[in-house]
Amino acid sequence: MAKQRTEVADIDRSLYDFRYDEEGFERLDAGLTPEIVTEISQRKDEPQWMLDFRLKSLEIYNRMPNPTWGPSIAGLDMDHIVTYVKPNTDQKADWDSVPDDIKNTFERLGIPEAERSYLAGVGAQYDSELVYHNMQDTASKMGIVYSGIEEALHEPKWEAIIREKFMTLIPPTDHKFAALHGAVWSGGSFVYVPKGVKLDFPLQSYFRLNAAGAGQFEHTLIIVEDDADLHFIEGCSAPKYNVANLHAGAVELFVGKRAHLRYSTIENWSKNMYNLNTKRARCDEEGEIEWISGSFGSHVGYLYPMSVLAGRKSKSSFTGITFAGAGQNLDTGCKVVLGAPETTATVETKGISKGGGIQTFRSSIVATPAAEGSAATVSCQSLMLDDESRSDTIPSMDIRAKNVDIGHEATIGRIGDDKIFYLMSRGISEEEARTMIVNGFANPVSKELPLEYAVEMNNLIKLEMEGAIG
Amino acid sequence: MSTDALLSVANLTASVDEKTILHNVNLNVRAGETHVLMGPNGAGKSTMGHVIMGDPVYTVNEGTITFDGADITELSCDKRSRAGLFLSFQAPVEIPGVPLSSFLRATIAGRPGLEMKGKEFRRRVKELAAQLDMDTAYLNRELGVGFSGGEKKKVEMLQLLLLQPKLAILDETDSGLDVDALSVVSRGMDAYRASCDGSLVIITHNTRILEHLTVDRVHVMVGGRIVREDDASLIPWIDEHGFESFEREAAGTADER
Ligand SMILES: Nc1ncnc2c1ncn2[C@@H]1O[C@H](COP(=O)(O)OP(=O)(O)O)[C@@H](O)[C@H]1O
Ligand SMILES: [Mg+2]
Repeated sequence: MAKQRTEVADIDRSLYDFRYDEEGFERLDAGLTPEIVTEISQRKDEPQWMLDFRLKSLEIYNRMPNPTWGPSIAGLDMDHIVTYVKPNTDQKADWDSVPDDIKNTFERLGIPEAERSYLAGVGAQYDSELVYHNMQDTASKMGIVYSGIEEALHEPKWEAIIREKFMTLIPPTDHKFAALHGAVWSGGSFVYVPKGVKLDFPLQSYFRLNAAGAGQFEHTLIIVEDDADLHFIEGCSAPKYNVANLHAGAVELFVGKRAHLRYSTIENWSKNMYNLNTKRARCDEEGEIEWISGSFGSHVGYLYPMSVLAGRKSKSSFTGITFAGAGQNLDTGCKVVLGAPETTATVETKGISKGGGIQTFRSSIVATPAAEGSAATVSCQSLMLDDESRSDTIPSMDIRAKNVDIGHEATIGRIGDDKIFYLMSRGISEEEARTMIVNGFANPVSKELPLEYAVEMNNLIKLEMEGAIG
Repeated sequence: MSTDALLSVANLTASVDEKTILHNVNLNVRAGETHVLMGPNGAGKSTMGHVIMGDPVYTVNEGTITFDGADITELSCDKRSRAGLFLSFQAPVEIPGVPLSSFLRATIAGRPGLEMKGKEFRRRVKELAAQLDMDTAYLNRELGVGFSGGEKKKVEMLQLLLLQPKLAILDETDSGLDVDALSVVSRGMDAYRASCDGSLVIITHNTRILEHLTVDRVHVMVGGRIVREDDASLIPWIDEHGFESFEREAAGTADER
């Protein structure tokens, strides 16, 4: 689709922003307290139940230990967590303080001026208003709701639905950052696709104005009713930059009977970011979730989209790629619960590591006693671009049903010298040759993306590959 | 060394992992000439092609390679390609996920006189594919992946015709092909010669492919050495007698040492 982006100087911020009065927060910079959480809720003018939910989550958060089984998050100042929670108005950088590597990347990816400041969290003055509103109009004519989740919470009809579903797939007890999310979540998308409605173009959250800046604790809630069909795309390949370097969003996807949801993500956080995002989908009978995932950037990542196949013959597929460069430790994976008879799951991942980067892929397949006749295959391919980098795959399987078929394969490889020589003998430079091979390796993921995203992802890989030699 | 040679390999000794494969090899090819390099399996013919092309797997211990007036012994292989050298691989590689057409596009990028706009490029490549009896559907397939031996060789010929190098080394481009594919490759060679009067160094076992070519020089390699050099009359002789006498001779010389 055409990427029309317009500069909107005078946008009505009140629609999207909840106008923090900064003074209120100055005194609070120690622990996260019920007062802060209450204040967040009040400023959003939320229903009482949501405030109660936040406070309960806060309690859980304060009780729970940090994860110790993955990459170190010691760089996060958990004693002063409130500094990550402060509203973005407070955290906003000015353009001069945005790191050069981020600015350069915008330049190299050809990101328009207006968008750069948005992605850098500097301002929300810009929006792809036109594209977003066209998209929203078309969708709403079909009965689809596509809006900010905070706005939806103010509509009684949607409030009831949100109340019923909110953080039921990802309960605050799940892990410490899910609890944190429950307490301080802010912004995000709400999508409701009624029964039988099939949208034939993807909804793209990238085009949705989100005054919460680059989105740190955003909540995405998508409900695709029976027999409906949706493709949702979040993200963009330019690095998102936040002064506060913690991202703990949550994505909850509900897929009805015979419904289909494709959820595509390109995440590229700036390289100081701790990305502790949680994504989950639940499928009813014959429902299908497809995850397409490209994970780039961030300093440390914990990212394991999970499918709960709750209905008979429901399906999950995951196609993902992770690129870990210098200074990055990306722990990614996919979990599937085969929770009903004759469910099927495929997990196909590609991992690339370079310049001392570490990427670990964890797959977890759980077959409950109800999963008779189910099948899952997991395939992980890693490509290490040098000897200092690391790639690991950690498969886990817990099978408690009869007649379940599980397959797993993992390969770790390097780029063959013969391939480099072949390409170079055709006049292609060494760097270009490596990039071409890596892009080819990533092709199973990029070919699942709409063209403009695939192109962006290839450009991104090209950028990551620069200086990969020597 | 003849001064008017396009390619001149002089006293070349090359090795891999401390093992010397080529011993003091000489080869001179003038512009527009067709040379044939023959010899038993394991003689070092492919190594010769790779070393001329600049495969970093091999170490040049001694000697020089001069091409088009410049010493290219130390030049990286992408630069040799851009200087006008081409090697058709005996065993072309597979690059999963990279469509043949994207690869071809990259091979001409930035080459003066060869770089084309998208539309022109697609037309040109389709034209060449048709000339080589290749289904254009191949252009969208991943480079080499699932290609038969014959298809891979046709892709090599397609690149030869697209790049129009000054000199091309064809390493057993004809081997293992059926009659139809063989005639396609043979037509490809003619087309190359006709289009740019390029030089050829043909490595082959199959003398039939040479029948309608005007061969200027034949080189026989045994045990990493050029043991015989002659005009085209050597071809029917080898056809009849094979390499045994050369091998015996080579073994004899080795014994004497
Ligand atoms: N990369 C390599 N590593 C080890 N040995 C090699 C390598 N390349 C060639 N050789 C050896 O060099 C000799 C010549 O091989 P090659 O050039 O392929 O012969 P030909 O093409 O004439 O059949 C053989 O003994 C082969 O095993
Ligand atoms: Mg050979």
